Amino acid sequence: MGKVLKYSFYDLVRSRWSYIYFLFYLALGFVLLFLNSDLSKAVITLMNIIIVLVPLIGTIFGTMYYYNSKEFTELLLAQPIKRSHIFLGQYFGVAGSLSLSLAVGLGVPFMTYGLLRSNAIFDFSLLLGVGIFLTLIFTGLAFNIAISNENKIKGFGYAVLLWLFMAVIYDGIFLLSLIVFEEYPLDTFSMVATTLNPIDLSRTLILLKLDISALLGYTGAVFKRFFGTQLGFWVSMLVLVLWTLIPILRLKYKASRKDF
Amino acid sequence: MRKSLYLAFGFFLLFTWGVAAKTVEVCESCPVKSIKGAIALAKDYDTVLVKKGTYYEFDILIDKPLTLKGEGYPIVDGQKKGEIIKIISDNVTVDGLFIINVGVSYTTDFAAIRVTKSEHFTIQNVVLEKLFFGIYLEKSSNGKVYHNKIIGDAKDEYNSGNGIQLWYSHYVDVSHNHVQGTRDGIYLEFSDNITITKNTSTKNLRYGLHFMFSDNDVYSQNTFEENGAGVAVMFSRNISMQNNTFRKNWGPAAYGMLLKEINDADIQNNTFEENTVAISIEGSNRITYKDNDFIKNGWAIRVIGACYTNIFVGNNFMNNSFDVSYNSKLNDNEFRSNYWSDYTGYDLDRDGTGDVPYRPVKLFSYIANKTPETIVLLRSLFMDIIDFSEKVSPVFTPDNLEDAQPLMKKRQ
Repeated sequence: MGKVLKYSFYDLVRSRWSYIYFLFYLALGFVLLFLNSDLSKAVITLMNIIIVLVPLIGTIFGTMYYYNSKEFTELLLAQPIKRSHIFLGQYFGVAGSLSLSLAVGLGVPFMTYGLLRSNAIFDFSLLLGVGIFLTLIFTGLAFNIAISNENKIKGFGYAVLLWLFMAVIYDGIFLLSLIVFEEYPLDTFSMVATTLNPIDLSRTLILLKLDISALLGYTGAVFKRFFGTQLGFWVSMLVLVLWTLIPILRLKYKASRKDF
Repeated sequence: MRKSLYLAFGFFLLFTWGVAAKTVEVCESCPVKSIKGAIALAKDYDTVLVKKGTYYEFDILIDKPLTLKGEGYPIVDGQKKGEIIKIISDNVTVDGLFIINVGVSYTTDFAAIRVTKSEHFTIQNVVLEKLFFGIYLEKSSNGKVYHNKIIGDAKDEYNSGNGIQLWYSHYVDVSHNHVQGTRDGIYLEFSDNITITKNTSTKNLRYGLHFMFSDNDVYSQNTFEENGAGVAVMFSRNISMQNNTFRKNWGPAAYGMLLKEINDADIQNNTFEENTVAISIEGSNRITYKDNDFIKNGWAIRVIGACYTNIFVGNNFMNNSFDVSYNSKLNDNEFRSNYWSDYTGYDLDRDGTGDVPYRPVKLFSYIANKTPETIVLLRSLFMDIIDFSEKVSPVFTPDNLEDAQPLMKKRQ
């Protein structure tokens, strides 16, 4: 697996898209901090971008890479290498290079603006952690979609739809159900609904760490009691890990049974 | 002859006055060892000078015009047995005492200093700690509460008292006081024509300043910080609120300022910074909001209902999560020439005001008003999208609620 990972990773790290992605974050970080040198405010703005953009790039990049390297994969399959090693190697190659672009791209500007000396370091690390989790999750989901669909167009369609669902439609349904069932106690429901969607979970985790949590009023108090505690934090981390593991396991399962 | 007699009489009067305004000293080695004893000994308009030391006394009744003055902050310890100083005479001055351990009761409002039905009192430079009620004025007018420091350690609302309380007291000047850790920092009930200036009220359990049924009052240049619920102004008319600072009143039920049934008020040059709700307005009419700064609040202005003919002009709205929130489609309030940091319009004729009107009410704030739980979707992409579509064509928010001339640059 290490060899495939290494080749995929180097292949991607040298590719133009990785550089563009990296430079985008680099520019974003510098511009944000240049306009407003308050680190914790920059973290909020970044959050808005990260929770939308990272899943989108993860899904598109994941599907694209899978379809593009299909011939190479078939070549590898002819070699005496375990299937799971090939696919997991590729997956970690993609997710790793995307995460690296994100972490370095944002890390450099924040470091130069004195992150280590500020108390925003925890918020920032949480943001990066969440960004990396989202990359892992959505690249994994993208690989799953790609491996299940031979048709490129269909695969892309599903991938984009998945992103749209998680980032927008899910919240729409969530909102509607909150309005429809407003007569009922909704604390538990909204907590569960938030936990089930990795994008919402990431957003809530970061929001509650920032001091706008009081805005959330009573609901916020309920949320804070859950997410604000050690237990809540670890539960949400566990959910994120599950969201990462399940697509990987399915990918492994699918890959070992797929007829190429 | 008669003239010299008058003169002699005059001198006599002057002499006796001079004698009358004498000073009774209280200290551990003096002939008079207790404040109570000194008050009993003193004649009208005398000064009781309390030297440095600790005096274990309570229920000190001042029933004649006196000046009770402390030297080097003598400690008056009530040992939690009840009220400490009670003033029932006009023209009393209390100055420079350190009063601690007021009794706590569930049936009587024990105060460190209580002024009852008296006029022309002055309470100044007093430090109060471990108190129940601090300075309690009842039916006492034309007085001054100046430069006192009240530091409570209130934990629960039901067994704590207010820092400075005015009840049926008029024309009182409350200034330069520091109140913290009480239930309500400053509380006014049925008290008209009060001036409250340059006070600091912080970390109180409930309100930093609380008005009830009090008209024609002015409060200016005060600072209200980190109070449980901010400042509440209720059921009052003609209140002028100027140059105050409301900061960091954070919490699920915290306001910078809560206005309820307030009419004809004037709110100018105040700064609201980092409050959950900067101003919450309910049933308040004919109020002018001018030149205020709203910075980084959750809600800058939350209108709950029945607010008519209010004018918002020349305010700065900067980086608030919601600028204005309304719970109805009806709007009779005017927004004019404010600066909104969320404004995205342009100014082609370069006259300093934007060419397209700004709509301060977001659809999300309308939804969050109806179903508070939806606030968990704060800052999600979906909300941004529907806010944008509502901005383009308002359906749910009052369509005449707009600032037709938003400022391009913030008012300095």
